[in-house]
Amino acid sequence: MMSGSLLLTLPEVILSAGALLLLMIAAFAGDRATQLISALAVLLLAAAGFSLFGPAGSGGSAFGGLYVADSFAAFAKLLIYGAAIVSIILAHGYFARAGALRAEYPILLLLSSVGMGMMVSATDLLTLYVGLELQSLSAYVLASFMRRDLRSAEAGLKYFVLGALASGILLYGISLLYGFTGTTLFSGVAGAAGDGLSTGELFGVVFVLAGIAFKISAVPFHMWTPDVYEGAPTPVTAFFASAPKVAAMGLLVRVAIGAMGPAETSWQQIVIFSALASTILGGVAAIGQSNMKRLLAYSSINNVGFALFGLAAGSADGVAATMTYMAVYIVMTLGSFLCVLQMRDAAGNQVETIASLSGLSRTRPGLAAAFAIFMFSLAGIPPLFGFWPKFLVFDALVAVGLWPLAMIGIATSVIGAYYYLKIVKTMYFDEPEAAYAPMESKVEGGLIALSALAVSPLGYLAIPFLAATSMAAAKALF
Amino acid sequence: MNQLGFPVLTLLIALPLLAGVFCLFTSAATARWLALGATVADFLLGILLWTRYDVGGAQWQFVESVPLFGRFAWALGIDGIALMLIELSVFLMPICILASWDSIEKRVPEYMAAFLLMESLMIGVFAAQDLFLFYLFFEAGLIPMYLIIGIWGGANRIYASYKFFLYTLLGSVLMLIAMLWMARQAGTTDIPTLMAYDFPVQAQTWLFLAFFASFAVKMPMWPVHTWLPDAHVQAPTAGSVILAGVLLKMGGYGFIRFSLPMFPEASSTLVWFVFALSMVAVVYTSLVALVQNDMKKLIAYSSVAHMAFVTIGLFAFNRQGIEGGLMVMLAHGLVSGALFLCVGVVYDRMHTREIDRYGGLSNNMPKYALLFMFFTMASVGLPGTANFVGEFLSLVGAYGANSWVAAVATTGIILGAAYMLYLYRRIAFGEARTTEAAKMFDLNPREILCLVPIALATLWMGVYPESFLAPMRADVGTLLARIERARPASDAQLAMGKAPALPSAAAHGEAH
Repeated sequence: MMSGSLLLTLPEVILSAGALLLLMIAAFAGDRATQLISALAVLLLAAAGFSLFGPAGSGGSAFGGLYVADSFAAFAKLLIYGAAIVSIILAHGYFARAGALRAEYPILLLLSSVGMGMMVSATDLLTLYVGLELQSLSAYVLASFMRRDLRSAEAGLKYFVLGALASGILLYGISLLYGFTGTTLFSGVAGAAGDGLSTGELFGVVFVLAGIAFKISAVPFHMWTPDVYEGAPTPVTAFFASAPKVAAMGLLVRVAIGAMGPAETSWQQIVIFSALASTILGGVAAIGQSNMKRLLAYSSINNVGFALFGLAAGSADGVAATMTYMAVYIVMTLGSFLCVLQMRDAAGNQVETIASLSGLSRTRPGLAAAFAIFMFSLAGIPPLFGFWPKFLVFDALVAVGLWPLAMIGIATSVIGAYYYLKIVKTMYFDEPEAAYAPMESKVEGGLIALSALAVSPLGYLAIPFLAATSMAAAKALF
Repeated sequence: MNQLGFPVLTLLIALPLLAGVFCLFTSAATARWLALGATVADFLLGILLWTRYDVGGAQWQFVESVPLFGRFAWALGIDGIALMLIELSVFLMPICILASWDSIEKRVPEYMAAFLLMESLMIGVFAAQDLFLFYLFFEAGLIPMYLIIGIWGGANRIYASYKFFLYTLLGSVLMLIAMLWMARQAGTTDIPTLMAYDFPVQAQTWLFLAFFASFAVKMPMWPVHTWLPDAHVQAPTAGSVILAGVLLKMGGYGFIRFSLPMFPEASSTLVWFVFALSMVAVVYTSLVALVQNDMKKLIAYSSVAHMAFVTIGLFAFNRQGIEGGLMVMLAHGLVSGALFLCVGVVYDRMHTREIDRYGGLSNNMPKYALLFMFFTMASVGLPGTANFVGEFLSLVGAYGANSWVAAVATTGIILGAAYMLYLYRRIAFGEARTTEAAKMFDLNPREILCLVPIALATLWMGVYPESFLAPMRADVGTLLARIERARPASDAQLAMGKAPALPSAAAHGEAH
């Protein structure tokens, strides 16, 4: 029984054991071994990903209902591991230039991935909490990874204080739910919610949702995002904007559908409010930004809002749309951050101002084209692939009769289009500024090209595959 | 497959696209020739398409469909209406490339790539037979046009490019929601099937309004036309040509393809609304055009007025009106494109569009003055030119629907003559107001090569419109049969006249 359960958690086992092993290597070999450790971490993540094709991908419930290995978790985990791999690869050049090449970075990413895997597989409120905390604690350290950089330290502290507050809120909600339903199992909570929510349970639901909303940085719990994204080292920001978003969104979907499914009308309005507020605030607040990383922070708030529309529909279609959204979103967002990493002045220092992108299309046409593709795609302008997930979430809303919401939601996407256009305008219409330093790494260039191709119209060819896998994932919850 | 044995529509779309990608990696000179070659090849393919189009044959021809994207398909096919609009696009495109030959000096490869991409997307819009494929093409056109206006436009280009993009985007996203609902309701994304599907009358009004938001902006109709003068004034010459020539036609095409056949009841209920906006547009924008001091702005406002003739004709619910609307679309595509080219010719020499800085051009530029006069007359709607046929038919159609609308719309013809002739007098007659204007040289062979084919086509369309009406006749008939049940009551009731009694004639007959 126990060994069977362990087999189902194979990805987490691989990553935890591997992380500990790598920690030992780091302890003895020091920072010299960073490159080796990074490579091994990538291999471990790949191995964990492959293990999902075995029983760990669809084996069912483990540890007496605390953990589940289903296709929903597998879908989310593949995205998470993929994003973590890219985050490790893109970090090397950055930290090497900053003289901060440290062995802990890949290890912290591994530990964070373990936590994220737990989050999307949790079917118990406490498993959820432990996974979330493991992910968050690694994230706090990662945010302040450049210890001597004031902004990085500030970002870490800010993230920690606000994150701890959110964890407290979440835990309070969990305790309320436990107190009023007598169980922490999702299935038990769902059973108790089946005959209507008592006031106590309703409070529990609200607090749990608030705690999770913080993690996906949905309005009104978004305020940490711009500061942390700006202060954290860029590779870490790229990671924050991708993998943990998928994990938290997966967690939210599972809690909403799995634990609170019968009380859909109670949380639906919260999700709708949060989605609309996120798309509007994410769009409006981004307009005035002059720092590229802050802009992308607001962009992530905006995009999370759109992903939430899928959940608001509350149907299998909607969940599939949300997961597809996250899949396409991490490609776009990692691509954008890969481009941001290329923003270095002649001396090799990282620059982050949007103004420095002026005339990029003439100094670096390839990079500008890729950046423009990511921007148009994030804005959801067809024929770029970023349009497709937006299409799906609104389709899900229309399918359940929420077309007025879809009308308002899609109108807010026009607000967002404005600031994405601003980046394209800066790169293509303005007179050139000083050129950036040339690209150092072929790997980074290759990753940019690859992700640009993936969100180009060629991405549409992947629709049948994405539709089948995301639908299988969503069906696991219903 | 189809009467040609190869997927000609896909080829029409793919050819400029591929050439555009290649352009990005070549020098300026190569890019020019490559773009010209690709557009001419597309034009020849277009000719082939026309010659092989079976008039009176199947409604949808050259059909191809590959279920490539799961939820929707790569489904292409054209009827006569789409055929004519594709012909217009492929005809104007090589001219646009030629018009930009010398005037675009910076970033030529990107410019040519943007234009070629634009051509692909325009053909795609007219050829798409899948709802969402149509939407993709329809929306995607914003990106190259945004870049064309923003990079190669005039002084205030950035404002104009934003306005163009956001305005049209806001219009079309609402249409997307309506499309999603329709696909759910009808269970298909196939446009020909949807054209025969009867949506609930209650829902039709909402759907109509959502589509209207998109097409009215694209058309553009008063009062959502304000992006057009800005975009036209700032865009480079060829950008204006393609904007006026083809992009505006997407709005009218949308009305014919979607609004009328899919929501006949709603179209009928809201016909007063369309007429009201169109009547305001005809009179108001014509008056606005009269006081413009910027040549491009004047022609832009005249475009809004002409497009109002299109909407009036299309919503007349009778054959003359619809055929007239279509003819105005084609004619306006040629004539306003040519007028923008004429403005481009003098702009390239003087770098100003201000009317007051010109004058007396008939003295030093006789060939130019002649061609400009021809297109001015065509725009006014002189018989023998394309516009006359279209405007006459749509006014006849309007008269059949509502005589007040016809009366108000007809003032547009007079006002149109006023502002166009006034423009021509200020530019071509009298004495040159500036020394630069007096020193300008006449058309060079390249410019003649741009303008003369359009002049010939305009004459052809004006003298023998049957060539253009014949392919569309059956499709207009299908549309009429579809909307007949919702046709609003006309105020022009024809009554059988009382024949005077002719007893003597009857008696005369009996006698034999």
